[in-house]
Amino acid sequence: MFFVIPALIPFFAVVIVPFIYGIYLTFTDWDGISATHKFIGIRNYVSIFKDPDFISKVYITIKYVVFTVLLSNIMGFFLAYILTSGIKYQNILRAGFFTPNLIGGIILGYIWKFIFADVLTKVGQALNIDWLSTSILTDENRAIWGLIVVSVWQYSGYLMLIYIAGFMSVPSDLLEASEIDGATGFKKVWYVTIPLMIPAFVICLFISISRSFMTYDLNLSLTKGEPYGATQLIAMHIYQKAFSSQEYGTGQAEAIVLFFIVAIATGIQVYFTKKMEVEA
Amino acid sequence: MKAEKTKELVKNVLIYILLIFYLTPFLLILLNSFKSTEEFVKNPFALPGKMNIDNYIDAFHKMNFLKSFLNSLIMTSVSTVIIILISSMAAYLFVREKWKINNMIFATMIASMLIPFQTIMIPLVAIYGNLNLLNNKLTLIFMYAGFGTPFATFTFHGFIKGIPIELEEAALIDGCNKIQTFFRIVFPLLKPVITTIVVLDVLWIWNDYLLPSLILLSPEQRTLPLTTYAFFNTYSADFSPLMAGLILTITPVIIIYLLAQNQILRGIVQGAFK
Repeated sequence: MFFVIPALIPFFAVVIVPFIYGIYLTFTDWDGISATHKFIGIRNYVSIFKDPDFISKVYITIKYVVFTVLLSNIMGFFLAYILTSGIKYQNILRAGFFTPNLIGGIILGYIWKFIFADVLTKVGQALNIDWLSTSILTDENRAIWGLIVVSVWQYSGYLMLIYIAGFMSVPSDLLEASEIDGATGFKKVWYVTIPLMIPAFVICLFISISRSFMTYDLNLSLTKGEPYGATQLIAMHIYQKAFSSQEYGTGQAEAIVLFFIVAIATGIQVYFTKKMEVEA
Repeated sequence: MKAEKTKELVKNVLIYILLIFYLTPFLLILLNSFKSTEEFVKNPFALPGKMNIDNYIDAFHKMNFLKSFLNSLIMTSVSTVIIILISSMAAYLFVREKWKINNMIFATMIASMLIPFQTIMIPLVAIYGNLNLLNNKLTLIFMYAGFGTPFATFTFHGFIKGIPIELEEAALIDGCNKIQTFFRIVFPLLKPVITTIVVLDVLWIWNDYLLPSLILLSPEQRTLPLTTYAFFNTYSADFSPLMAGLILTITPVIIIYLLAQNQILRGIVQGAFK
C-alpha cells in the first residue's frame, strides 16, 4: 500500500473527483458564487446545442483541427522523408525543425503576432502583394489561417521526429527487394514504406488531433479569439463561459461535449489506422 | 549518376530553405530586440544601428524576470521529481502484485489520459477554491502530481515489466525489505525511462500557462508564461522591450537544448511510442 498511496491521492483528488463532480455540475444552474444551486436536468445541454454561438465555435474548431492535422502531418512526413534520405547534417537539421516545440504556446503566439502584424505586412507592401499588405489577424475570414499556420509550423517538427523513427523502422532488405522488383522513388514510398510505418501514422494523427482540439494558449496570445470571435476555439469559449460570464453549468456542459468530440474523433482515427497495419 | 547528383542538390537546397523559413520568426525577434520600436516599425529587416541592450534591461525589470524564472524553476523541478517518485512506485506495485484492484486503478489511469484538461478545469477551480487552496504553490505542485501520474505510471509500467524478478528475489534473500529492494535494485535500472519522463514533464510544466493562470493569482508567484502574458497586456504599445522579453524567456530553454539535444529528442520519440 505504501507504494501506491502517494500516487493515488493526487490522481483521485485532481483528476477523478473533479471529473465526476464536473459531470454533476452540468445538471445544475450554478453560477460559481452562490452557495446553493438547483438541479435542472439536461437544460444546460439543450441550451448549448441551441446556442448558435457555441455551434459556430464548434465549426471553427473543426475547421482548425482538420487543416492543422492534415498540413502538419504532410509537412512532418515530408521533412522526415528528406532527412532520412541520406542527407548530410541530419541531426542538426532535425534539431532545428524541432525547436518551436520547446517553447510554450503563449510565447509562440506573441512571436507570430509580430510577424503577421508588422513583418509580413511590410513584405506585402514592398512587393505589392495585396493580401499580405494588411495583417491577416485582423481579417475575419483569414485570421483562423494565422492560427493554422503557427500550429502547422510548430507541430510538423514534432511529428517529423516520430515519422523519422517510422522511416528508420522499415527494414532495408525490403526496400532493396522492392528496388530489384523495379519500384522507384514515389512507388517505393507509397507501396512499401508507408504501409510498413502505419504505427507512426497512428501516433502522429492521435497526437495532432487531440492536441489541436485542446489548443488554448496559442489562441489566447495570437488572436484572443478576435476579430469578432472569428478565431475563438472551443477551449477558449469554455473558459469564457465559466470564468467571464459565470455560467459554470453551461461552460462545463460544453467541456463534456468537448471530451466526447475528442474521444470519438481519436477513437475513430485509431480504429481505422490500426486496421491498416501490416506485418513486415 | 548525374540525375542522382541533381536530386541530391535539389533536396539539400530545399531543406535548407525550409529550415531558414522555420527559424526566421525567432531570428527576426532576436534581431529587432536590439532596436528601438520606431526602427522596428520602419523596417523589421534592417540591422540595428547600434547594439542596444536597453530593451533587455527594461524587460528584465518590468517582468521581474529573476523572480519568475526562479518560480518556474522550482515549480518544474519539484513537480517532476515528485511525479517520478510516486509514479515509479505505483507502477512497480502494479507490475509485481496482480491484484484485481491494482488492474482496475491502472486501467482508470490509462483511460483518464483521454480527458481534455478543459473538462476538468472548471470543477477543479470550484473545488479547490471552496477549500481556499488557490493562490498556493503547493496546490499547483499537487495538481501537477495528479495530472502527471497517469502517463508516467503507464510508461514505468511498460519498462518494469521487462526487469527480471530474480534480481529482486536475490535482494530479498540478502535481507532487503520491499522498500529497500525497490530503491536500491529497481529504481536505478529505470534511468532510461526517467530521462524520457523528465524531458516530457519539464517541457510541459515549464511552458504550461492555463493551469497556473487559474491557481497562482498573485503577481509574485507567477511563472514565466504568466509573466510574459502580464507583460504583454500591460506594456502592449512599446514593442522592443516586449521582444527582448520573449528572447529572455526563450534563452534558458535554448541553452539546455543545445547542451542536451540528443537526450531531449530521444526522450520525445520514446515518449510518443509508448
